Amino acid sequence: MPKRADLTEGGRGAFGRHVLPALLLAFVVLSASSVQAAPPASPTLTIHYVERRVERPTPLNNEPPIPDDEGLRGAELGLRDGNATGRFVGLSFALKPTVIEPGADLQAALAALARESGPLRFLVVNAPADDLLAIADAPETREAVTLNVGAPDVRLRDRDCRARLLHVLPSRDMLTDALAQLLLYKRWNRLLLVSGPGADDALYADALRKSAKKFGARIVAEASFDARGADLRDSALKEFALITRGPEHDVVAVADERAEFGANLVYNTASPRPVVGTQGLTPTAWGRPVEAWAAVQLQGRFAKLASRPMGAIDWAGWMAVHAVTEAATQLKSSDPAAIRDLLLSKKFEVGGFKGRALSFRPWNGQLRQPVFVLWPGAVVAAAPVEGFLHRRTELDTLGLDEPESACRAFGGNG
Amino acid sequence: MIFLRFFVGVALLMPLGAQAHEVYVSNERDNTVSVIDSATWEVTRTFPVGRRPRGLTFSKDGRRLFVCASDSDAVQVIDPDTGKLLHDLPSGEDPEQFSLAPDGKTLFIANENNATTTVVDADTRKVLAQIDVGIEPEGMAVSPDGKLAVTTSETTNMVHWIDTGTLQATDATPVGQRPRHAEFTRDGRRLWVSSEIGGTVAVIDVATRRVIETIGFEIKGISGDRIQPVGIALAEDGRSAFVALGPSDRVAVVDTESFKVKAYILVGRRVWHVAALPGGERLVTTNGVSGDVTVIDAGSLKAIRSIKVGRYPWGAAVRPVAGVRSAGAAE
Repeated sequence: MPKRADLTEGGRGAFGRHVLPALLLAFVVLSASSVQAAPPASPTLTIHYVERRVERPTPLNNEPPIPDDEGLRGAELGLRDGNATGRFVGLSFALKPTVIEPGADLQAALAALARESGPLRFLVVNAPADDLLAIADAPETREAVTLNVGAPDVRLRDRDCRARLLHVLPSRDMLTDALAQLLLYKRWNRLLLVSGPGADDALYADALRKSAKKFGARIVAEASFDARGADLRDSALKEFALITRGPEHDVVAVADERAEFGANLVYNTASPRPVVGTQGLTPTAWGRPVEAWAAVQLQGRFAKLASRPMGAIDWAGWMAVHAVTEAATQLKSSDPAAIRDLLLSKKFEVGGFKGRALSFRPWNGQLRQPVFVLWPGAVVAAAPVEGFLHRRTELDTLGLDEPESACRAFGGNG
Repeated sequence: MIFLRFFVGVALLMPLGAQAHEVYVSNERDNTVSVIDSATWEVTRTFPVGRRPRGLTFSKDGRRLFVCASDSDAVQVIDPDTGKLLHDLPSGEDPEQFSLAPDGKTLFIANENNATTTVVDADTRKVLAQIDVGIEPEGMAVSPDGKLAVTTSETTNMVHWIDTGTLQATDATPVGQRPRHAEFTRDGRRLWVSSEIGGTVAVIDVATRRVIETIGFEIKGISGDRIQPVGIALAEDGRSAFVALGPSDRVAVVDTESFKVKAYILVGRRVWHVAALPGGERLVTTNGVSGDVTVIDAGSLKAIRSIKVGRYPWGAAVRPVAGVRSAGAAE
C-alpha cells in the first residue's frame, strides 16, 4: 500500500465526524483505481540522501546557525509530496539518509550503503565538490543518477562534469549573473569588491568578475579582508571604512561564503553604498521572503515539517526528490532506467515554485531556473531580469551557456 | 393597480436584449469585492470580505454570493445587495476555488493547503465529506448533469475525478505542470483544463477520462515561459474558449472544434480569469498586476474597455438575474 504522506494532519479536526478514517479512504482510492484499471502497484523506489557533514564557523552576530538538517528536511518534504502524488498511479517512494561525518571514510560508507540497500539508483548528494565527484565516480554509483544539492562550484558544470551527475543547486556563476543583471538594470555598474581569504571566497570573487564582464559592469577596485585575528566588534567601524575607501563606485560587492565578516560590512562602508554578494543583497536559489508563484504553499508545507524557514539547500533537496518522483509519475513507472532516461532527456520539464517550467541543460546537467536576488526582508528581483534575452530561453542567460561549457560527458554537443 | 403600474414601469426601463448585469470581482490584496455595472462599466460598489478572497460564485437565484476567503479559512455567504456577511460555511483549510453543483446547494471546495476537497451542503451548512486528492488542489468543476466533480492538483499535476453520489475519488488523469482551472463543456462531454507552468490546455474526453488534445500557445515577441494559462471561459454558443494567459497579458481565443487559436487579445497585466456575460457578447478579465478588469467584445475579439478595481483582482462572477440563464461564473 502506498505511503500516505501527511494527509491525516491538520485542518480537519472540526469535521472529524464526517471524515472517513484515513486508512479506509486510502483503501477506497486504491480499490477504486484498480477498478478503473490503474496500473498495478510498482515496487517502492528508494532515493538515497547522502550528506558529507562540514564544520562551520560559529555565527558572528548571533544569527541562527545553519541547521544540521539543511537539505535533508527539503528532501523529506519532496518524498511526502512524491508519495501523495505517486499513490494515484500506484507508485511509492522511500528516502534513505546517510550522513558521513567530517573525516570519515566516504568510500567505506558508500560500500556499506550498497551492501545494505542493493544497487544505488538515485542519490541526492549534499557535499563539497571533491566528495561529490568521489561519489559520482565510485563503482557503487555506476548505474545511479546523482543529484547535486550542495556544491555550487562552476567546474562541476564545466571541465569536471560527469554524465549522470545533475546539478539542482544553481552554480556560483548563475548566482553572480543574476546579481549582475539586477545591478545593470538599476545602472549600478561600478563595483568595489571585497574578498575573504577562503578558497570559496576566491571562487565567488572570480564568478563576480566574470559576471561583471559578461553584462558590462565594472570592478573599479578590489580589497581583501581577513576577519581572523581581529575582533570585528572592536574594529569594524574603522577597518571597513579603510578598505572600502576607493574610486567612485555604486555598490560594495562582498565575497565571504563562510559569513565571517560580510554581515558586518553592511552599513559600515566608507561611502553610503549598498552591500551586495554573499551578504546584503544576495542572489540565491531560495529564501524566506520568496512568496510569489505559489511559493507560499511550499514554504508553508516546509515550515510545518521542519519548524524553520526553507533555505536554498532545503529547496534543492526538495527539488531533487521532486524531479525524480515527478519523472516516475509522468512515466507511471518505477523502472530506474526509464526514469534516468527521462530526467536526462530534453523533453523533461518540472515545476519548482519559480514561475517557470524547469529543465536540465543537456550540455552539463545544470537545472535551468530563476534565481532570486533578495535581502532578508524582501525579494528585490527574480532573474532573468527583464531585458536580458537569449535565443533559447532567458533562463540560459544565467550560468554557462552551451558554447561556453567545456563539459563533454553528456555527449552530442560542443 | 399600484403593483401593475410598478411592473410596467420596470419593464419599460429595461432595453430589450441588452440587460445590464452586475460583475463581482474579488480583490485578493484589498480583501474586498468590487461590483461593476455592465450598463455603464463603472464600479458601483466595493465591500469588504474575508482575507485573500479568490474564487467567487452565486446561488442560482443570484441572491447569495459565495466567496472563498482563503486566508480566513472560510467560504463566506454574502448578501450581494448589501454586501453584508450572512454567515460562513465550513470550508476546510485554505479554500481556493469552488463549484456549486446543479442542485444549487452542494458546494465542492478545493482546499489548497491540505490536499483535500471539502463538500458542503450550503443549506444545512454541514460538511458532507472531505476527499483526499493530490497536492495543492485548486481548479474545481461539477459536470452539468451533476454526477461528476473534478479538482486539479497543482503539484501532483492531475485531474481527480469525484463521484458525487458516493463522494469518493474514483480516478486521476495526469495533465501538464500546475493545472489551475477546469471547465466542463455545456454538453458535459469534454473537460478543459489549463496548465500554468506546462503552458498548455488539455481537452479531456469525460467518458474515457483521457486527454484528446493538448493546446499550446505562441505569441510573437513573448517568451514561451511567460505564457501561463489559468482561467478558462467557454462561450455560450460552444464555439470558442477564452483562455487567460497570465503574465503574457493576453487572452487566447480557441476554436473548440479545430482547437486552433483564433486570436490573442491584449488585456491588463497578469490576467488570471475570464468570465462571460449572458448573451455571449461581452467577457471580462481580471488582471492581477495592473489591478483592473478588461472588457472584451466577443464579436470583434477586441478589448474595448478597462476598469480600475482593487489591488490584485483575481476572480470574477456575473450575478444571475431572475429569468436569465447564467453564463456561469469564473471562479
